[in-house]
Amino acid sequence: MNLSGKRVLVIGERDGVNAPAIEACVKSAGAEVLYAETLCFV
Amino acid sequence: MDLEGQGRIKQVVEQAGADDVVAVLGANSAAAVEMTAMTLKSGDPSYAGPLAGVALGIPSYHILESEIVGQIDAAVYDRELALSALAMDVDEVIAPMKAIRDGGA
Repeated sequence: MNLSGKRVLVIGERDGVNAPAIEACVKSAGAEVLYAETLCFV
Repeated sequence: MDLEGQGRIKQVVEQAGADDVVAVLGANSAAAVEMTAMTLKSGDPSYAGPLAGVALGIPSYHILESEIVGQIDAAVYDRELALSALAMDVDEVIAPMKAIRDGGA
């Protein structure tokens, strides 16, 4: 799957990889971010 | 994924359409990744949230799976992901998600 040109729903997790980090990564690969959220399971 | 998050995603996809939309996840447990991938593909399996019975058909990928990592700028990877990659058993976390993407529920 090529991220370039894709529209991405970013669903990060506080104890894994958070949404801002994923957002930076997928944007560097040429994707557009439609939605970003960091989940928190406690 | 909590119920409010399901509602927001449903709204975003209804407005923007599902063409060329993929989800990129960052959870560090196989169960959390599986539940999210299932919800985005086939609808909320617990039938509790706004995506109950709503099959968006959106495929899920994990930010640390090799197919995705290979496309990320190296400097951004080092800054944002290198540490998380060390702390996570990526193969174990992504296995159920891959099964869902490749044809499972």
